[in-house]
Amino acid sequence: MPQLQFREAIREALVEEMRNDDSIVIMGEEVAEYDGAYKVTQGMYEEFGGKRVIDTPISELGFAGIGVGAAMNGLRPIIEFMTFNFAVVGMDQIINNAAKLRYMSGGQVKIPIVFRGPNGAAGQLGATHSVSYESLYAHYPGLKVMYPSEPGDAKGMLKTAIRDDDPVIFLESEQMYGLKGEVPEGEHIIPLGKGKIKREGSDVTIVAHGKIYHVAKKAAEELAKDGIEAEIIDPRTIKPFDMEMVIESVKKTNRLVIVDESHPFCGIASEVGFQIQRDAFDYLDAPILRVCLPDAPAPFAKNLYDYWFPDAKQIIDAVKTVTYSK
Amino acid sequence: MAIIIDMPKLSDTMEEGVIAKWNVKEGDKVSSGDIIAEVETDKATMDVEVFDAGTVLKLIASEGDAVPLGGKMAIIGDEGEDISDLLDGDSGGSAKKEKQSEESSKDDQKEEKESSGDKSDEKKDFDPIFGDLDKDKKEAETDSSSDDDDDGRVKASPLARKMAKEQGIKLSQVKGSGPNGRVTKKDIESFDGPEKAEAKPEQPAKQESKKPQPQAESRGTHEDVPVSQMRKAIARRLSESKFTNPHFYETIDIDMKKAIEVRKSLNELSDVKISFNDLVVKACAVALRKHQKINSSWMGDFIRKHHGVHVAVAVAVDEGLVTPVVRNTDQKGLSAIGAEVKELAGKARDKKLQPDEMDGSTFTISNLGMFGIEEFTAIINPPNACILAVGAIRDVPVVEDGQVVPGKRMKVTLSSDHRVVDGASAAEFLSTVRSLLENPMNMLL
Repeated sequence: MPQLQFREAIREALVEEMRNDDSIVIMGEEVAEYDGAYKVTQGMYEEFGGKRVIDTPISELGFAGIGVGAAMNGLRPIIEFMTFNFAVVGMDQIINNAAKLRYMSGGQVKIPIVFRGPNGAAGQLGATHSVSYESLYAHYPGLKVMYPSEPGDAKGMLKTAIRDDDPVIFLESEQMYGLKGEVPEGEHIIPLGKGKIKREGSDVTIVAHGKIYHVAKKAAEELAKDGIEAEIIDPRTIKPFDMEMVIESVKKTNRLVIVDESHPFCGIASEVGFQIQRDAFDYLDAPILRVCLPDAPAPFAKNLYDYWFPDAKQIIDAVKTVTYSK
Repeated sequence: MAIIIDMPKLSDTMEEGVIAKWNVKEGDKVSSGDIIAEVETDKATMDVEVFDAGTVLKLIASEGDAVPLGGKMAIIGDEGEDISDLLDGDSGGSAKKEKQSEESSKDDQKEEKESSGDKSDEKKDFDPIFGDLDKDKKEAETDSSSDDDDDGRVKASPLARKMAKEQGIKLSQVKGSGPNGRVTKKDIESFDGPEKAEAKPEQPAKQESKKPQPQAESRGTHEDVPVSQMRKAIARRLSESKFTNPHFYETIDIDMKKAIEVRKSLNELSDVKISFNDLVVKACAVALRKHQKINSSWMGDFIRKHHGVHVAVAVAVDEGLVTPVVRNTDQKGLSAIGAEVKELAGKARDKKLQPDEMDGSTFTISNLGMFGIEEFTAIINPPNACILAVGAIRDVPVVEDGQVVPGKRMKVTLSSDHRVVDGASAAEFLSTVRSLLENPMNMLL
């Protein structure tokens, strides 16, 4: 199986889908002539031309709205945000129009659109460019949210997102674009709402998605040295969430630590924690713990940033607490 | 103005006290100096005195309840006084109720009356606070009686709770290893109590015809006895002593012939009967004055040499043992020592010893001679450095001037804390004790 970078895996999904379906177009800042701010769309302008790979002005609200209108009229647009921090400007189109038009029109229109781009903190980019948006988008009915952690997942999930007839928020990460991993060639589909057990273990279940999955993976490797075998579940799709997989795992391990790179209040960890305590209460041997960002914006200074972003040690501490091995 | 009676500090080491007996009930009038309760501490059963006059408005703790130091025991005030604010925090439910507006409490009252007519007859002045307290109590009672788990307040993880129920384990008997004593999966898995087999007595009976229960039979029956405050204290203090103090033991054999003679003649004169143990106490006191190293305590980063010699005597009581102290033992005569030991032992057996009568010893003597024990070793009674274990006086053949003649001998064993005392110092002390007992007149010097 070929080893591809995360950006190449996404590109493979985009290109393969666009070759199959003429109604797919991609729009965003620098996606065409510049080959993409993070070189995700490299070579696509050359292959598909300016009618399907479209450079937009710096106007997120505008091109998000054009995308929604195009979707209403039969196209399957993919909107690239240079980062989801900029998509905040276009949120009215995403949350009010894309998410609700099918519902408000009684099913007369569908909005097969993908909003994709990097999400979350990526080092010293300052408070306004370091936000994780998955819980916010997952909050609103009508939006599906995906956040892959590895190149192979990214390709299979993006294909699913493009083929879905409803709006999908597809989250990536600047820091993962160069990450290499095995990516199946050709038709590779990962169904919506299907998580994956990325590491089997019997002592604790760790739920981690997106970029921070890799921190959890590192923590699990450290924990194994102390004889604690963590099971890591990557839900991959944030909404709908593969709660069943987590419940089954918790039935086995009796302990749960949720790792989430967004803020604690109303975060993904809160929802997963709530549902698991409700549905797997009798299987829990310890309170559910979570590791996430502090309830504070991203600091710029390197030392503060390192303190702010969760590291493996925090995950190890949480696991040792729930396994009563501290 | 109502006041709260808190659990007083009745001994230096107590952390909680168990209400052994209430001498008053709610509604009783009390005046200053009345003994309202007896409280079992880690050392003794103590009287709790009130310093204010008034009416007992509320007994917050019941007999048998363990109340932490400073915890609320009772409320005393003027008859009919509103004490709801004093109960605040004591019972969340009642406190909240009180904070509701008057109107809503009136509504409560109405509802209460309507829902239980017989109850409203009982109470002329319905009090929303006490009304609800009683209700809670009754609910708790019915809860616990209907609940076969019997684990109302045990902290346990949901999984442990489920496992315990499935396996018929009483959670209250499982020691929790988690935070705040939370019972976890591991604790249930490793729980080996025979309760497991007994918890559902009906089931084995029904299944008997189907298949025998070898496990239950082989384990037999037993009785679990709750640990008293005194046993807790003994367990804690002596475990700590035995596990942390490096004990070493030295035994010496003492010729008691002269001591027997002296005791006989002394008892002809003394009002108080002097026992052999009194002689040992006196001999030790004199020897301790001479050997200050023995009369010391390990204090962590220094050794404290006590100026006074205060010998404690171990007294067996129903629940365990106590060690009342004969103060300034070396300055007291044999009859004074005899009288004091007798009085203290009597008090100990009646559970009337006061904590200060058990504090401040510098040395302890434990005598099992009356049981015919030849010799034994005792665990040091902290903060003492040494304890003397006294055996019985035996008739033994001894060699005197080349002839085997009948002799009277007594073995004593000194347990010493090696951090304070070395072998030679202990031996010197024992040697002095022996010479004093072998020549009792020297004690009088």
